[in-house]
Amino acid sequence: MSTEPRTLPADTAPPEPSPALSELAAQEQQLTLDRLLEESRQIRGTSLWSDAWRRLKRRRTAMISMVGLVVLVLLAVLTPLLPLQSPIDKDLKYRRLLPPELTPVTMGSREGLDFAEQSLVAELKRFNAEIAELQQQRNATTDSAERKRIDEIIAGRTKVEHPFNQLWNQLGPVSWTMCQMRVAMFGDYAIPSLFGTDKLGRDLLSRVFWGARVSLIVGVVATLVSLVIGVSYGAIAGYVGGWVDAVMMRIVDILYSIPFIFVVIFLITFLGEDSVKAWLQARGIEQITIFYFVIGAIYWLTMSRVVRGQVLSLRHEQFIEAARTIGASPLRIVFRHLVPNVLGVVIVYLTLTIPAVMLFEAFLSFLGLGVAPPDVSWGQLLNDGVEALSSVKLFWWVVVFPGAALAATLFALNFLGDGVRDALDPKMKNRD
Amino acid sequence: MRNLAGYLIRRTGWMLLTLWIVYTVSFILMRSVPGNPFSSERTVPAAIERQLRARYNLDATPTRQYIDYALGIVTRGDLGWSLRLEDYSVNQVLAEGFPVSASLAIFGLVFAVGLGIPAGVISAVYRGSLADVSMMAAAVLGIAVPNFVLASLAILLFVFGLAWFPAAGWGTFNQIVLPALCLGAPVAAYIARLTRAGMLEVLTREHVRTARAKGLSDQAVILKHVLPGAMLPVVSYLGPATAGVLTGSLVLEKIFALPGMGSHFINAALQRDYTLAMGMVLTYTVILFVMNSIVDISYAVIDPRVKLQ
Repeated sequence: MSTEPRTLPADTAPPEPSPALSELAAQEQQLTLDRLLEESRQIRGTSLWSDAWRRLKRRRTAMISMVGLVVLVLLAVLTPLLPLQSPIDKDLKYRRLLPPELTPVTMGSREGLDFAEQSLVAELKRFNAEIAELQQQRNATTDSAERKRIDEIIAGRTKVEHPFNQLWNQLGPVSWTMCQMRVAMFGDYAIPSLFGTDKLGRDLLSRVFWGARVSLIVGVVATLVSLVIGVSYGAIAGYVGGWVDAVMMRIVDILYSIPFIFVVIFLITFLGEDSVKAWLQARGIEQITIFYFVIGAIYWLTMSRVVRGQVLSLRHEQFIEAARTIGASPLRIVFRHLVPNVLGVVIVYLTLTIPAVMLFEAFLSFLGLGVAPPDVSWGQLLNDGVEALSSVKLFWWVVVFPGAALAATLFALNFLGDGVRDALDPKMKNRD
Repeated sequence: MRNLAGYLIRRTGWMLLTLWIVYTVSFILMRSVPGNPFSSERTVPAAIERQLRARYNLDATPTRQYIDYALGIVTRGDLGWSLRLEDYSVNQVLAEGFPVSASLAIFGLVFAVGLGIPAGVISAVYRGSLADVSMMAAAVLGIAVPNFVLASLAILLFVFGLAWFPAAGWGTFNQIVLPALCLGAPVAAYIARLTRAGMLEVLTREHVRTARAKGLSDQAVILKHVLPGAMLPVVSYLGPATAGVLTGSLVLEKIFALPGMGSHFINAALQRDYTLAMGMVLTYTVILFVMNSIVDISYAVIDPRVKLQ
């Protein structure tokens, strides 16, 4: 190659592009760039969650289950708003073990209730008028002792005589308001006993609805309890390591070998003792609260093992080292950096724990050791149903409807759990 | 065999440790109930009360009672007197209830294995066929429906509807069939799924192809070369299955009014019969430990690669 600078002969030089042409080329370039940019903008990195959600959506059974469960939860939450009959009002005279029927019922029409005009609305009006009268009396007097006496009368009468307290059991403030809205909306109308009535003449449909609330709450709260215990325990054991880990996991091993269901039944023997009940009540602890914790306290073992395993594999990752270098405390590292990273596994295990917990609650209630009347749960309804079975007449509805509710819910939860597990499992990614 | 001896010693050690913990916790709970078991009943003359306390060893100090009771269990296998059942010792109750529960559990497990394994084999061999799909759907149903729901429906249908079986009672074969079926159903469903998954995995292995290439009949290939390998997960599931059957028998004995250990245990819990409940918990712990050990050992026998830990 010659060293002299090469100059192109003038006649072979490419023609100077005309301004119009060069503009066109630039435009084309710009267009290509835009297209590429647009394309790259459309390519999104998928996060674990969106990927999992996409895979979950493809599983029809899991999606149907999820929709069903959402509907169930909504109905359970809105139960006081629905025009259902009273779940606790017994009618031993006329309505015992009625088969499913389609005749609507007027709220408060039972004679024994002794409601004004045999209607809930009229009775509410009457009761409120009486209370208002008392209020007036109270405001009229100046004597503070007299005022106090009238206040007590009002409180006492509301507790005993208020129509709501005769038709529903221990409504909380939210449910109370919802019941008022329901009366405002539907008046005295109540859905007919589509599921029949039980052996004490109570409407089974409304009992199944109110029972759903208890069963679901037990399932969720007990699972959360197990979640909190299991995740903290497992994460701490895994992160600290060494002999602490060894001791903590040995404890889990020992607890594993204890047949817990039997121990829990023994524990309930103890909790049912009158003196223990009184002691707890004096401290404002309800039996059902203990129930949540007892169940939750059993189901944390597997969770803690799973979380520990994950944390062990994560603790030497760079982001943990980095956090440690900038001086984050161990507790902060565990709960801010490690726990969010094991969330996938935790969620999978969670969806499998909820049905197990609900089943256990139903099992205990069925044996008469769980949720105690006047609270209602599905297991207890089934227990009532089995007791009402006899060869005299086929009272199929007392067993079929609560059983179907429980089985369908467990069914849906299991399906959803399986779906979530497969969706969050990267190994399942490229299979059909 | 030394391996086995060491394993058994270790397992026994664990079992004793577990039993001791269960015993201690139960004892503390029992003793921390205020008053004594007889204080709630109608007042009895002081002399009789003294007699009662002496009989149940309640006049000793708590530490003394703890040691005496443990000694009684260890040396004589004596679990003490029932607090509520008149003139019954816990051992007598156990002796009456155990045969009932054991036969129910055995029938249930036999049924589960006898139904689950063939179902799993058939649906794996005829994969995708109508039989496969319907059996696996039934298995999903069997796992999701709790056995007490199943039992309630079965009573409704077979006892009161069709009148094929008696409603309750114990002794004849007819009376044991329905409870055992309900008890075994969820286990059968699970076994069917495990068998199917195991079969499908083994069917793709090289040795199966070799066996086919040798010209063995389908039957021989499946029964001799595929099934043994596919049984491993099923065998390891038998431990949890026993636990499931024992828990299930609690409800089934209640539903069918069978005089087994389960119904005594539930009654003990409902009537606050502490000694009986504690004896039952200890017995159940031992049974579960023994069953799990047997399963572990048989697993090691079937699969030589597995070492007993």
